[in-house]
Amino acid sequence: MKVTVDEDKCCGAGQCVLLAPEVFDQREEDGIVLLLDAEPGPDQHALVREAAAVCPAAAIEVTEDA
Amino acid sequence: MSIDEQVLNYPIPAAAPLDPPAEWAELRGECPVAHVRLPSGDQATLLTRYDDVKQVLADPRLTRQLSAPDAARLSADGGGVFNSEVSQIIPDSGADHLRWRRLVGRWFTAKRMAALRPQMARIADELIDAMVERGAPGDLRAGLGFPLPVYVICDMLGVPAEDRDRFSYWSDTLLNLTRYSREEIEVAQTEFFAYMSGHVSAKRDQPGDDLLSELIAAGGPDEGGLSDLQILVTGMALLVAGHETTANMIGKMVSMLLADRGRWEALLADPALVRTAVEETLRLDANSGFGLPRYLPVETEVGGTVLPKGTTVICSMAAANRDESAFEAAAEMDLTRSPNPHLSFGSGAHSCLGQSLARTELQVVLEVLLRRLPGLELAVPVAELERVEGLAVGGLRTVPVRW
Repeated sequence: MKVTVDEDKCCGAGQCVLLAPEVFDQREEDGIVLLLDAEPGPDQHALVREAAAVCPAAAIEVTEDA
Repeated sequence: MSIDEQVLNYPIPAAAPLDPPAEWAELRGECPVAHVRLPSGDQATLLTRYDDVKQVLADPRLTRQLSAPDAARLSADGGGVFNSEVSQIIPDSGADHLRWRRLVGRWFTAKRMAALRPQMARIADELIDAMVERGAPGDLRAGLGFPLPVYVICDMLGVPAEDRDRFSYWSDTLLNLTRYSREEIEVAQTEFFAYMSGHVSAKRDQPGDDLLSELIAAGGPDEGGLSDLQILVTGMALLVAGHETTANMIGKMVSMLLADRGRWEALLADPALVRTAVEETLRLDANSGFGLPRYLPVETEVGGTVLPKGTTVICSMAAANRDESAFEAAAEMDLTRSPNPHLSFGSGAHSCLGQSLARTELQVVLEVLLRRLPGLELAVPVAELERVEGLAVGGLRTVPVRW
C-alpha cells in the first residue's frame, strides 16, 4: 500500500490522526496533515483506508499494491 | 400533486422527535433538486442526495454569505447568525480564509483535543455528580449536555470559570431565533462584544496559555496574523459555533442510544464501540437543524439540473446522510459502521473547524456516562421527547433520564 496526501486540499479536520496516528500527524503550526509513513504495514491498512474514505477534503490517496 | 410539482415549506416538520420527515426519502428518490419556501417567504433550492450535497459543500466558488441582493433571506428578520455583519469579519474565501483557518486550526488538532480528554472527563464527572445529587429523574440536557461544551470552550479561550454561565446565556440567545425577543438578542450581542473586547485587551497585556493569546502573539495582518477585531469575532464565533451544536448533540446522542436499550447494552458490553457509535448518531441525527445555505455566484450544475446564477441552495446534510446510494441499510443504526463518511460536519475546505473537538467531547461524555451511570434510561417514552423551537440548531428541549 502506498499513501499520498495533498497538503493544499487538507482542511485540518484531524480525522486521519484520530484514526491512524502511526501513519498521519498534523503540523503544529497550522494543523495541516503530515504523512509519517507512506508505505504503512498491513496492520494499518484498514485504518488508512477508513481515513481516506472519511477525509472531508478528499486529501488522502491510497494505492493498493497490484 | 406529486412532490416534484409543489413548493414545500422548509424546514419540513417530522412526525416523531428522533425520526426524519418522510419527505426526505421521497425527495431523494423523485426530486433531489427541489423548490422550497423558507420561513422568510423567499424561495430556495433544497438538495437531499449525498453526492449533490457533498459536491455543493466542497465547491470553493460558492459562498455561505447570503449578502447578495438576490440571495434568499432565511427568516423574516434577516436570518440571524447566517446574515449578521459580524459573520462577515472572518474572511470566507480564498487566501484570507485559508490563512484564518490555519491560524485557528492549529488549536483544533486531533492531538491537542486528545490532550484535553482528562479535563473534559473531569468536567463530565463533576456535572454527573451534581445531577446524581439532585436525584432522579434529571434532565441530561440541562445537567450535562448544555454546560459541558461551554466550559470546555471557556477554558480554551482563557475565560474564568465564574463567567461561564454568562457565556452560556449569550450563545443560547444569539443562536436561538425564536425563544428570545429581538431586543434581548441585541442586548446579548452588545454585552458579549463588550466582554470579549475587554477580554482580548486583558490577554494582550497578560498573555496566557490560551487560543486568544496565541492569536495575538501571531501579530497583526501585516505580520500574517489577524486584526484585533478579527480575533475578537473569532472568539465569539467559536463559542457560538461550538456550544449549542455539541450541547444539543449530547442530548440527541444519548436519546438515540437509549431509545433502543439494546444499543446501550451493546456499548456497556464493548466500550470500544464508542467511537463508531458516536459517528453513527451524528449520521442519523434527524434534528441537526437548518442545513447549510450556499449562494451561487455562477451557474452551477447539480444532480443533472442546471441552477442559474443567483440561486440560494440549502444543503440538507441530515437527508444526505440517509441516502441509500451512499450508505448500506442507511435507515438502520449500526454502532459498528465503518467507514462512516457522513456529512454532519460539512465537506471540503469549509468543513467544521471544530470537528475534532466535537468528536472528542461526544466520545468522552459517552465513555463517562457508561462508566458512571450504566443503568441510565429515558424517564419518558421516546415519543414524548420534544424538539427545541428555533431555526439554526436543532435539539431536544429536555432529555429526562433516570439511572
